[in-house]
Amino acid sequence: MSAEKAATSARRIIGTLAYAALSALTVAAVGLVPLDAYTVHILVQTASYSIAVFGLTVVLGLCGQINLAQAAFFGFGAYAVGLGTTDLHLSFWVALALGAGLALVMGALLGMTTLRLGGHYLAMVTISFQQIVTLIMVNWIPVTHGPDGVGHIRRPPMFESAQAFLSLCVLATVVIGYAVWQLPQTPLGRSMRSVRDNELAAGVAGINVYRVKVAAFALSAVLGGIGGGLFAGGFAYVSPDQFSFAESIVFITMTLLGGAASPVGALIGTGLLIVLPESLRFLKSVPGLYLALYGLSIILIIRFMPDGIWGYLQHHVRRWFAPQPFSGPATALTLDAGNTEVPMALEVLTLSKHFGGLKAVDNVSFSVRRGDVHALIGPNGSGKTTTLNVLSGIYTGSGGRILLAGRDVTLLPPHARTGAGMGRTFQNIRLFRSMTALENVIVGAERPGNNVGSGHAALVERARAALAFVGLDGRAQELVTGFSYGHQRLIEIARALAGNPSLLLLDEPAAGLNSTEKRGLQDLLRRIASKGPTILIIDHDMTLVTEVADRITVLNFGRCIADGLAADVLRQPDVIAAYLGSEPDVPDRA
Amino acid sequence: MDLVLQLFFTGLGIGSVYALVALGFVLIFRATNVVNFAQGEFSMVAAYLMVVFAVDLQWPYGWAFLAALAGMALLGAVFNLAVYYPLRHRTFLPVIIATIGTSIFLSNSVLALYGPQPQVLSGWFETPGIQLGPVYLDSQYLLIMVVTLILIGFNFWFFEHTLLGKKLQATSQDKEMASLLGIPVATMIMMTFVYSALLGGVAGILVAPILFVSIQMGTGIALKAFAATIIGGFGDVKGAIVGGLALGVIETFGAAYVSVPYKDGFAFLMLVAFLIFRPQGMFGERVAEKA
Repeated sequence: MSAEKAATSARRIIGTLAYAALSALTVAAVGLVPLDAYTVHILVQTASYSIAVFGLTVVLGLCGQINLAQAAFFGFGAYAVGLGTTDLHLSFWVALALGAGLALVMGALLGMTTLRLGGHYLAMVTISFQQIVTLIMVNWIPVTHGPDGVGHIRRPPMFESAQAFLSLCVLATVVIGYAVWQLPQTPLGRSMRSVRDNELAAGVAGINVYRVKVAAFALSAVLGGIGGGLFAGGFAYVSPDQFSFAESIVFITMTLLGGAASPVGALIGTGLLIVLPESLRFLKSVPGLYLALYGLSIILIIRFMPDGIWGYLQHHVRRWFAPQPFSGPATALTLDAGNTEVPMALEVLTLSKHFGGLKAVDNVSFSVRRGDVHALIGPNGSGKTTTLNVLSGIYTGSGGRILLAGRDVTLLPPHARTGAGMGRTFQNIRLFRSMTALENVIVGAERPGNNVGSGHAALVERARAALAFVGLDGRAQELVTGFSYGHQRLIEIARALAGNPSLLLLDEPAAGLNSTEKRGLQDLLRRIASKGPTILIIDHDMTLVTEVADRITVLNFGRCIADGLAADVLRQPDVIAAYLGSEPDVPDRA
Repeated sequence: MDLVLQLFFTGLGIGSVYALVALGFVLIFRATNVVNFAQGEFSMVAAYLMVVFAVDLQWPYGWAFLAALAGMALLGAVFNLAVYYPLRHRTFLPVIIATIGTSIFLSNSVLALYGPQPQVLSGWFETPGIQLGPVYLDSQYLLIMVVTLILIGFNFWFFEHTLLGKKLQATSQDKEMASLLGIPVATMIMMTFVYSALLGGVAGILVAPILFVSIQMGTGIALKAFAATIIGGFGDVKGAIVGGLALGVIETFGAAYVSVPYKDGFAFLMLVAFLIFRPQGMFGERVAEKA
């Protein structure tokens, strides 16, 4: 282990210990220092609400999916504890677990039905769900006691006094808060951030986007349930109005005000919005006034402070905490040629893609030999990018088959194709904009089935090797938004390479590059090819194509009009006519 | 059989209101790619404006109606300038959160000003309705259907047969290209917001005599209207109208034959059923993001 790594891990251990000590101190303090009933009340509310807001940190802040029913999930936990410890005579812990389980199941079901679709659906469906839950709480009187609510809720043994229960709530808050704080650096958390930053690129980098979204949503629901269970224990009485749509809005406002990206923001937002209205009681004397102010603050926060209070502060202190560039050299990148026993890296058989009546890709067949650099060219609108999108699974083809090293991948989703050894870049750069170059490339290295060893250190090593290969290891720890256009293209290529693809699809990698950068790209493509992977490249730059391509396929109006060795194809008259316009009308000098 | 006809009539009436609000949703969505979660509150605010002008100030019904619509046009314009326009270059998530914020702000401001007591607004006509064979046609329901029909006709004529309508369509399909052709995109979007605020307002004023004028009426209508747009096919004008009518009918029958307290749940059940089995709705096409 290098000194640098040792220092990093030492710093991490010290940080964790300090957090643990501070947390233990807080838990003990709220349990032992005499507090008046009102303060205890406010603190229990803050702690239990915070846990629900942590849920929104996960789903909204990390994964970029909206949940406007957090009060309903909060209500599941609260009613489970309420009804469980009274009517059903269960222990508090069993009731709490049931509530969290119920929230989990409902959250997962709701997510599974909605998350394949866009965010608008999710917003509306969660609002509807929230309304239904409120309807049931109010109207299913035999079970929920209706508008009267549930009283005499019991607390667990050993935590029966209000302050003991408070310390339990604070303990839960610091433990869950720590987990949520750590989440962004875990594989799941990184996947969530990738999905939030760029869903398409996340899928192509090998992330099962749908599953990650459902996981984030379910996790958010569970945290809502746990928070609600603790809330019920703390207040001993629950009623439907505590879990209405208005409360869901309160949760969202707390999340946005503090900053959705971090549990610290969640704590700040929750604390402020519980303490402020308490100290501004006159606001509550006019019904509607304080919620109207919440609505107004949502509009203002989104407009003027999109990252919330904590995000704003972080932005100003980030430069002091920015990670240092790596000092040691990166290892050399190894790449895979794939299964060399199959001579064809890719076979495209009578592939079609129709948009309504438009045949964007019409019965196209071609094969890419293993180890070749194969170019797919054609005039604008000839169906090149559509072909690539069907190949990488972003579009479902209307007909035909795709064989990746002999394996039929026609029906696989994008992430599974990446798992099968396909990598790609995009014409319009799609990086994960909130991440560093290194993190972007780690996401690529993390693809399922990538044989780079296990553990974070191995991933970092792999990512650094890929960045070094494109010449950017020295700036690995910088945010991608700070890189030039050409360098962002290189990072995208590094992200694909880190996944060790046996077939690399490049969508116009030379677009927008200057002539020096183009020469660098040519060199890079040759170096990649020499290490084994097969390359399928789309580009308009004929110099680049003629320099690097072994074989060329030409598309025009969605049809394949030529296919073969580069030199032969470029001599064909119909290719010249389609691609370069008809032959120039110059006098024959012969 | 008589009851069935009667329920069908009532369902179409309430469905017309959903269709009008859904139409407002769809127009804004097509123009800006954003779902306006404050659309339902537009209806609520219009109904309250009507209460202010027609009940509190005792203006003649027609003048009160025009004044309320003028107020709605203003609200649509202010909403565009204050909420949508500053955020137009951001991703959709902040924008929809801001529209949700607006919805909360509007409903609770009205609550703070007017109190929680529901208000009563009388209908346009003195006569309560007419008996047509076995079916009793309530005059307000008849009015709703006629006005909806006229507005749908107008909508079609306006977007398909006027230059302004075509400019609006061009803007909603490709803003960049539209601006290159000399279409003032910002003005077009402004007009879309004003127009859909007016549609929502008309719906709110028409339905107010049937429901009570209350703070919650907006959310209720908006949820149904959104469900209608999904059932019909998201972003599709025809889908919004058919979806709204279908939802009104199903809900009315559900309330009559299944359960009254859970009446509002039927929209959600239909929504989920469509999301699972036919997410593109009745008329919609699946759309994928362009890579």
